Amino acid sequence: MANIVIDNIRKSFGAFEALKGVSLTINDGEFVSLLGPSGCGKTTLLRIIAGLETATSGDISIGGRSVIGLPPKDRGLAMVFQNYAVFPHMTVYENVAFGLRMQKADDARVRKQVEKAAGLLHIEPYLERYPNKLSGGQRQRVAVARALAVEPAVLLMDEPLSNLDALLRLEMRTELKTVLQSAGTTTIYVTHDQTEAMGLSDRIAVVHDGRIEQVGTPVEIYNHPATRFVGGFIGNPPMNFITLPVRDGQVAIGQERFSVPASGGDIVLGLRGETVERAPAGQGLEMQVRVAEPMGSHLLLTGSILSQPARVILPATETVMNGETIGLTVDAKRVTWLSPENGVSYPAAA
Amino acid sequence: MTQNRSWIPYLLILPTVVFLGLLFIVPLVQTVWLAVSDNGVPSLANMQTMVSDINFGRSILNTFLLTLAVVPIQIAMALAMGTMVSKVNGGRETILWIWTIPLGISDLAAGMVWLSILQNTGYLNTLLFSMGLIERQTAWLTYQTPVALFIGIAIAEIWRGTAIVMIIIVAGLNQVPKEFKEAAEIFGASPWTRFTRITLPLIRPALQSALILRTVLAFEVFAVVYALGGRNFPVLVGEAYNWQNQNQNYGVAAAYAVLIMVISLAATLFYLKVVKVDPERLP
Ligand SMILES: Nc1ncnc2c1ncn2[C@@H]1O[C@H](COP(=O)(O)OP(=O)(O)OP(=O)(O)O)[C@@H](O)[C@H]1O
Ligand SMILES: [Mg+2]
Repeated sequence: MANIVIDNIRKSFGAFEALKGVSLTINDGEFVSLLGPSGCGKTTLLRIIAGLETATSGDISIGGRSVIGLPPKDRGLAMVFQNYAVFPHMTVYENVAFGLRMQKADDARVRKQVEKAAGLLHIEPYLERYPNKLSGGQRQRVAVARALAVEPAVLLMDEPLSNLDALLRLEMRTELKTVLQSAGTTTIYVTHDQTEAMGLSDRIAVVHDGRIEQVGTPVEIYNHPATRFVGGFIGNPPMNFITLPVRDGQVAIGQERFSVPASGGDIVLGLRGETVERAPAGQGLEMQVRVAEPMGSHLLLTGSILSQPARVILPATETVMNGETIGLTVDAKRVTWLSPENGVSYPAAA
Repeated sequence: MTQNRSWIPYLLILPTVVFLGLLFIVPLVQTVWLAVSDNGVPSLANMQTMVSDINFGRSILNTFLLTLAVVPIQIAMALAMGTMVSKVNGGRETILWIWTIPLGISDLAAGMVWLSILQNTGYLNTLLFSMGLIERQTAWLTYQTPVALFIGIAIAEIWRGTAIVMIIIVAGLNQVPKEFKEAAEIFGASPWTRFTRITLPLIRPALQSALILRTVLAFEVFAVVYALGGRNFPVLVGEAYNWQNQNQNYGVAAAYAVLIMVISLAATLFYLKVVKVDPERLP
């Protein structure tokens, strides 16, 4: 059993606080992504879990045992570094074999494991080469193979596929997921590629500015972002935020009235661009379309709603002219309401 | 445009080439000629005189023994010092600065420092006497105490010459990204394994430079030996000096100079071969 409990971890570099109290529980065999913009503290958190960095305060336990103070090698984990850290003076084969050699595995087992990992990552042709002649993407795959070869209970990966081309990345992603799932490996996967996080993860933790903003399944996070940041960060196009006046616990959108979890003042409507439908002219939410871009699979509209910037998606079968004003129907069950003051969303209506 | 000016680099390099040519190659050729000639005719007479001198064998032996004793200790110490200082956060610059003080002292001055410690009335005897470990002044630097003399000279040389090795090693260590050691640590390598399997191979170029530089300098040891042992501890450069100044025999002095150069070249080639640096295996 290798569940991971991260309890209120803080980390300061001098006066700068990189992690401001992070708590997260990862179940045995679960695949959790840390998703967040550059510099939000993802690598720092991973390094603390690995034991390469000491937290300023807080506790981490793996498999029910606190690992604070334990050296990395006693934590039963493997890691893929953001900058690969593939040993330049060893062949690819010896790189992948490194962890097994340290465990004093016999040659037969080393060979078997290396070949398995190399096959998975498609690096067999380079096994006898030295890393400095390999491309970034090839080195990155060596780093992943090195971590997989030891079949760790816990695997930490810091943007392990960032340097691969789109096609290869898609393929690696699927294979990685299959392998880790069948091995029951508890995985923490750092990325700032949201499609990757959505596709791979059992759950996603969205990190922002040293804090976890939200933890949830990809669908939960997508449909009901906990904060304005999460909604804006996840989804392409990002969620639209439209501030509306509240009267008697209701807002008016076109002819319709929506009950909202606030009684007066303003409220922010969080609207996913693809949840709207085109309404008959003169009805629904009015959008001034500045640019209409037919994308093949869909039609992307950029413009404004109530003078606030907005992007929505309509089926490819619709035709909209640049400069046209159209009406949009909003599905009350698929919107998120947020407080205009602190950007936190109200709980989804049951 | 640029093609027309291809002579500019040559012009800029010219002064250094002329300077080196005049002050290195010319004396080198002259020295070699001096060593293998006698009154303007080619001759091995100087070599014969050199080889048959009673101090010849001892000076070769002493020089080699000193090199063999000093260089490995210096490399090991420099590695240890470099590794330790890399773990220090505050005061790193100060520590390095103190460690490199001996670099700023001429080798003769370094010899004098150690003479003031090791001579009969020196600090060492004073200390030993005050602690009651010796009853009267003890001589350490005479021909009757060859082992103590050797150790004294070796210590002085180590004190004087380790800093330069350390600077090269520290520079090499600084070039090894910490992720390599961290990755090794994650995959279960002990500190010693990390040092031997990761750090050492990655600082090969620095190690090679340090070994070559330090060995060549060790074969040229003179002033420290001269200050501490005088003629009780003959070394190659000391013999060259004596033939040149005491005996006024420039030919034999030149023969020694050529011998030292040949040994240094051989040592350099040896290191280039043994501590091979394969650019393919560097970061
Ligand atoms: N050793 C350090 N000393 C000082 N500041 C640091 C150190 N390591 C990280 N930081 C700071 O902590 C913050 C978080 O860094 P971290 O590397 O964890 O970001 P990240 O989320 O991994 O970003 P990226 O997606 O760009 O890799 C950054 O502002 C960074 O400058
Ligand atoms: Mg990072």
